[in-house]
Amino acid sequence: MTVEPRNDAYVAFDHVQKSYDGVSLVVKDLNLSIAKGEFLTMLGPSGSGKTTCLMMLAGFETATSGEIRLDGRPINQVPPHKRGIGMVFQNYALFPHMTVGENLAFPLEVRGMSKSDREAKVKRALDMVQMFSFINRRPAQLSGGQQQRIALARALVFDPALVLMDEPLGALDKQLREHMQFEIKHLHENLGITVVYVTHDQGEALTMSDRVAVFNDGKIQQLAPPADLYERPENSFVAQFIGENNKLLGTIEELTGDKALVRLRTGELIDATAVNIKEKGQQTLVSIRPERVEFKPEMMPEGAHTIEAEVVEVIYMGDILRAVLRVAGSDDFVMKMRNTLGQTRLTAGQKIKVGWHPQDARALDP
Amino acid sequence: MAEATPTLLTTADGRPLKAALAEAQVRAKRRAFLLVLPLLAFVLLTFLVPIGYMLKRSFEHDGFANSAPALRAWFAENPGFDPADPPEAAYAALVDDLARMQVERTTGIAGTRVNYSVSGTISLFKAGARAAADLQPPFKEALLAADAKWGSPALWRGMESASHVYTPEFYLVAADRKLTDEGWARGEDKERIYLYLFFKTFLISGIITVLCLLLAFPVAHLLATLPMAKSALLMILVLLPFWTSLLVRTTSWIVLLQEQGVVNNMLVAMGLVDDKGRLSMMYNMTGTIVAMTHVLLPFMILPLYSVMKVIPPSYARAARSLGATSWTTFRRVYLPQTLPGIAAGSLLVFILAVGYYITPALVGGADGQLISNLIAFHMSKSNWSLAAAIAAMLLAAILALYWIYDRLVGIDRLKFG
Repeated sequence: MTVEPRNDAYVAFDHVQKSYDGVSLVVKDLNLSIAKGEFLTMLGPSGSGKTTCLMMLAGFETATSGEIRLDGRPINQVPPHKRGIGMVFQNYALFPHMTVGENLAFPLEVRGMSKSDREAKVKRALDMVQMFSFINRRPAQLSGGQQQRIALARALVFDPALVLMDEPLGALDKQLREHMQFEIKHLHENLGITVVYVTHDQGEALTMSDRVAVFNDGKIQQLAPPADLYERPENSFVAQFIGENNKLLGTIEELTGDKALVRLRTGELIDATAVNIKEKGQQTLVSIRPERVEFKPEMMPEGAHTIEAEVVEVIYMGDILRAVLRVAGSDDFVMKMRNTLGQTRLTAGQKIKVGWHPQDARALDP
Repeated sequence: MAEATPTLLTTADGRPLKAALAEAQVRAKRRAFLLVLPLLAFVLLTFLVPIGYMLKRSFEHDGFANSAPALRAWFAENPGFDPADPPEAAYAALVDDLARMQVERTTGIAGTRVNYSVSGTISLFKAGARAAADLQPPFKEALLAADAKWGSPALWRGMESASHVYTPEFYLVAADRKLTDEGWARGEDKERIYLYLFFKTFLISGIITVLCLLLAFPVAHLLATLPMAKSALLMILVLLPFWTSLLVRTTSWIVLLQEQGVVNNMLVAMGLVDDKGRLSMMYNMTGTIVAMTHVLLPFMILPLYSVMKVIPPSYARAARSLGATSWTTFRRVYLPQTLPGIAAGSLLVFILAVGYYITPALVGGADGQLISNLIAFHMSKSNWSLAAAIAAMLLAAILALYWIYDRLVGIDRLKFG
C-alpha cells in the first residue's frame, strides 16, 4: 500500500528504493511518514527489508533512489554522526573497554560537553533506567537485561528526538522481554521521543506501537494501529503473519457491497466480509481468528451460515481450550474457547457445527 | 544466622569430597597425561635440554683446566699471587703443562680458551709448547727469553681465570669487557662490538615491528571485513609467503633492490635517479629492514586478524550513531579493542626479529648484521661458550621483555589466532 508522505511528517520516506546488487530490490518504493512523538514499529519476517529501512534512516546504508527526510530536511547525504539519531542495537553494542559511565559519556564527550554537564546527564540517564549504581561496572559484568537498559540509556543520554531500535529485546528471555517492552513504552511516553522500532515479534509490535508497518518482500503490506492490524488485516499475508489465523479457500458466490457469500471447495457456503475482493467468481481466502469461531448455536448471529466440523483434538492450555477441528476437508482449523466454569468440554471425534459473525470472516485475495 | 565456620563436605558414604573428586577423575587425568606425553618428551628433548645445555656452556669451559693440571693445581694453592710477577714455581708448572699439551695435542684448545680474554694466546701457546721439552730451569728466564709475552700480567690473569671450569668470563666478554694487565675493564670503543650490536638488533627489530604494524593493520582490517569469498582469496595472498622458501623470498628482494636491480633500473629509466647515483638498498641495513619486514609481516597480520574478526561492526555503528566522526570511532572504539592483537603481533614479530639469522646474513652486508649473525660466527669458529653467553643474554633480554609485557598488558590477553 502507498501513503503519500505528509509534509508535516517528522520522518518521511519518499519513494525510497534500495538494492545491494543492482539486480534485485530489497526495498521497493517505500513511502512512509512518521509523526513526531509516534511509536512506529516495522514488523516483518527476516529479509523483508525492515532492517534495511532502519539502516537507511540511521545512515549506515544509502538509499539507491528516493529521499529520506528528517524534520523536513533531506538527510540522504548527511553522515550518521551528524544525524543526531539515537540507536539501540540488537546485541547492545556497548563498548567493552569502557565502563557503563564512560559508555554513556561517550556521545556527550564527542559533542564537546563539559565534564560537569556530562556527569549530570549521565546520572539522569542512568537514573531513568534505574542503573545508576552500576556506573563503574564494565558491560561484561552485567546481565543481558542490564546491558539492554544501559544501551537504552546511552541512546537517550544526548537527548535525541528520534530513537531507532533494531530488535533490541531479541536476546532476552520471555519474562524480561515483556518487562522491558513495558519500560520502553513508558520511556517513550514520558520523554515524548519518536521511536522507530524493528522487530519480527508480532506480540511486541502489537503491545508497544502506535502504528505498525508490516513488511514483506520489500514492501509495506499494511500500516495501521495494532487493533486494526489484528482485527482488520487487509491482505492474506498480514492476516497470517499477525496472530493465529484459520484460512478457508473458496470462490465468491455472491457479492453485495462488502457482504460476500463464499462457496468453499468442498461445497459449503459461508458468510464473509469482502476486503480486497472485486467481483463475483473470484478466488478468495477467507480468514477467521480462532477466538471468533463459535460452536454454540445460541452464540451465533441470526442467519449465520454454519458448517460441519469434527473435533480432532482438544488441547488444554490453562486459560483457554484449543480445539483442532476438521472443517471443509482440512484438519488444521483451530477454535479457541475460554476456560470458564461450565464451558462445554469437547472430546475428540465429536461432530459439531461451527459458525461466526460475518464481520469476523474476512474474504481476502488468495 | 548461618553457621560461619566452613564444614568439610563429604560424600554420601562419608569420604571427603575433595578426595572423592580426585579419585573419580584420576583415570581421565592419567589418560590425558599419556596423550600429551609424546609432545612433552619431544619438547623436553629438543627444546629444554638444548637450552639448558647452552646455558651451561655459557658458564663452562674446561679446555684449559683439563690440559693444564699442574698450573691449575698451582693456581689453587696460591690464590693471591701477583700476576705482574709470578714466581718460578708458576713458570715451572706452565712449562710442565706446555710439554704435556704438545704430547696430548691440546695446545689449540687450551690456547683458544685463554684467547677469549687475552688475544694472541693461541700462537703463543703453540710456539711455547713446541719449545717446552727443550727448556731448562730456571723456567722463568727461559720462557721470557723465548717470548716476553709470557710475562704479561693479563696473560697470567687470563690463565688463572681459565683454570676454573666454571666462569662468568664469557658474559664479561659479551658485555664488551676486556682483560687488561690491571684486570677486567671496559674495552676500547672500536672494539666494543657486542653491546653495540645488541642495541642495533633491538633498534632494527623495533623499526621492523612498527613497519609491520603499519602495513598489517589495514590488511588485517580488510581481511576481517571483506565478504567471505574475497577475504579467503586475500588470506591466500597473506599466507603465500609461508609456502615459499625463505631463501627464495630473500633472494627475490636481492633481485629487486640491488644496485643493478629492478627498482633501481626503473628509477633510472624514469629519470628520477641518475645512473651514477643508484640507490644502495641491498647489502646494508635498508636491505635487512625491507626483507625482514616482508618475511615477518604474516606474523603481525594473523593475530590482528583473529582479534578484528570478532569485533562486531555494530560497535563502530553505535559510535557513529552516538555522534563520533569516523576518526574518533577508530581511535576511541576500534583501536582499543584491537590492542590484544597489536600486542601479540608486536611481541611475536619483535622476538622473531631479534633472533633472526638467515635474512640479515643474506642481505645485510656489513652494516645490516644482527646479533644472531655474530652468534653464528662464533659457533662457526667453535667458540661455543661465547656464542652461548651471547645467546643467553639475548634470551634474558627477551624474557625481560616478556615480563614487562605481562606487567603492562597481561599474558592472558595475548591472542595469536
